[in-house]
Amino acid sequence: MKVLVCISHVPDTTSKINFTADNSAFDKNGVQFVINPYDEFGLTRAIWLKEKKGASVTVLNVGGNETEPTLRKALAIGADNAIRVDAEPSDAFFVAKQIAAVAQEGGYDLIIAGRESIDYNGGQVPGMVAALLNWPFVNACVGMDGEGPEFNFTREIDGGKEKLSASLPLVIGGQKGLVEESDLRIPNMRGIMQARTKPLEVKAAVDAETKTSVGSFSKPAPKSAVKMIDAENVSELVQLLHDEAKVI
Amino acid sequence: MSVLVYLESWEGKFKKNTWEAALYASKTAEALGSEAIGLCIGNLEDSAAEAGKYGINKVLHLNSGFESFDANAYGNAIAEIAAANGAETIVISATFNGKALASALAIASDSALLSNVVSLPESTSPFTVKRGVFSGKGFNLLSTDAAKRVVLFVPNSIPVIEGSGEASVESASASGGDATRVQVQSVDRVKGKIPLPEAERVVSAGRGLKGPENWGMIEELAEVLDAGTACSKPVSDMGWRPHSEHVGQTGIAIKPNLYVAIGISGAIQHLAGVSASKTIVAINKDPEAPFFKAADYGIVGDAFEVVPKLTEEIKKFKASN
Ligand SMILES: Cc1cc2nc3c(=O)[nH]c(=O)nc-3n(C[C@H](O)[C@H](O)[C@H](O)COP(=O)(O)OP(=O)(O)OC[C@H]3O[C@@H](n4cnc5c(N)ncnc54)[C@H](O)[C@@H]3O)c2cc1C
Ligand SMILES: Nc1ncnc2c1ncn2[C@@H]1O[C@H](COP(=O)(O)O)[C@@H](O)[C@H]1O
Repeated sequence: MKVLVCISHVPDTTSKINFTADNSAFDKNGVQFVINPYDEFGLTRAIWLKEKKGASVTVLNVGGNETEPTLRKALAIGADNAIRVDAEPSDAFFVAKQIAAVAQEGGYDLIIAGRESIDYNGGQVPGMVAALLNWPFVNACVGMDGEGPEFNFTREIDGGKEKLSASLPLVIGGQKGLVEESDLRIPNMRGIMQARTKPLEVKAAVDAETKTSVGSFSKPAPKSAVKMIDAENVSELVQLLHDEAKVI
Repeated sequence: MSVLVYLESWEGKFKKNTWEAALYASKTAEALGSEAIGLCIGNLEDSAAEAGKYGINKVLHLNSGFESFDANAYGNAIAEIAAANGAETIVISATFNGKALASALAIASDSALLSNVVSLPESTSPFTVKRGVFSGKGFNLLSTDAAKRVVLFVPNSIPVIEGSGEASVESASASGGDATRVQVQSVDRVKGKIPLPEAERVVSAGRGLKGPENWGMIEELAEVLDAGTACSKPVSDMGWRPHSEHVGQTGIAIKPNLYVAIGISGAIQHLAGVSASKTIVAINKDPEAPFFKAADYGIVGDAFEVVPKLTEEIKKFKASN
């Protein structure tokens, strides 16, 4: 089994988000970047497949060379090798085309991506990859078991869960549950040392259209000051929710 | 030219966010000077005609061959129907299935995909929408010049106002193409619960509640408010509540009219998924809790005293109104 884990390189969850002075772009100044939290679950799951079933694990990012520390971290966690497609990830379609091309060329049969990236929250890339390759797609995946080539999955749906099965080759959009939070791997000293010498291949992008263009950014309107209500006077809150907020 | 809207149903029933999608589509069609057509899939009662109340005159109904959800098969089928009906814009509500479907559909119909959309189109040439970015910490205008587009919009983004009228329902057919489908074994929906993304009111609790045995009062408050229930991440990590209730940056992002946060500190990652709520109430025993900075109304107090009182007061209020 050849597993391709898609890693997006995103601002740390504690980042304050700012835009450039003309609001045309995200201001990366002083921002710490990390492996997209959803992708960490997929990466750990892939490493299990390596340890238990002898799968090979490649991590992939479409991005500029600033993402290499993120890929090195994934190698330190336990991936065998990394690929960076050297291009600006201009939109989901462009990125999906790159991932599909790498998957086809490299003969991968399982692609694990995250449910969404926490930067643009698109949640589009994995489904597009599946459609481009015409492989089954398991989105919002919260559980996986089996030996392969057939696997059983649990997937989140509105108001519940769905159990399904699918056979390789396939694409997963994963999240917590693929492995538990407490099972997430963090790099240890030995892993960090080994990661330095693991292969990180840089590939040129294949031709692909960018179908969308990004305009100006803005921030949510600031909240007006909180109204504090005395704990002894809860009925006042109920009145305010009715009269002022009009939500009950 | 037309706008096609996917009218998602759950066990043969439509929900509020289906009608929100219908309304979104009819308003978009108005802006584009075209007409909006509905498409529903599966076994349905007569309720599809209700789309007429939201500006849809015609609903196509695809019945056989699509008993269970598969992103690629549904994507291929809807692309086929869109082409047959000259639809250049396809509207989908961002439910779990909707999100998976939108990606497949964008590829199958060679459309641009505009996702995480939170407004009606700001302009139609180029087609421009506002989307949420950085988990609620920002917005961005996204445009496309592509001839066709799929708009995936976040539930609770536009007010749903019921009009009048009845849509005609016509049967349609399409193939799922050559997609290798996933095999759905079972679907398990929690009965009587309001799914979080579409809930208009949400009562949420955190580690301040001390243990899962104390959620009775949370559920009672949710019941009188006709609200969904949610929780902070550590609460679901510890298994006090199911993972599906976890809201925030790495959980579900929601934007209800009312969000009541009880015993939740208000960490940046939690706020990222809930700060788009229209009205926020925070109840916390610590006057310095960061949640008070993000809230509209706050009560400093012990949840074990305040919550039962609040439930009583709402009951009284409802009885007298
Ligand atoms: C990568 C990453 C992603 C994350 N994603 C999320 C996410 O999506 N969602 C999320 O929620 N968190 C997320 N977190 C975790 C987040 O940082 C906080 O740790 C978490 O939100 C805290 O949960 P809490 O408020 O329930 O608990 P605590 O921070 O422990 O707060 C408990 C609160 O309860 C109050 N309290 C205690 N007793 C009472 C009482 N009797 N009555 C009233 N109030 C009381 C306390 O004053 C305190 O404010 C993430 C963290 C990381 C690192
Ligand atoms: N630039 C990228 N390089 C590699 N993988 C990506 C990239 N962007 C998105 N992905 C993958 O697709 C998932 C969903 O991302 P998105 O569709 O951007 O929300 C992420 O969790 C990643 O696994």
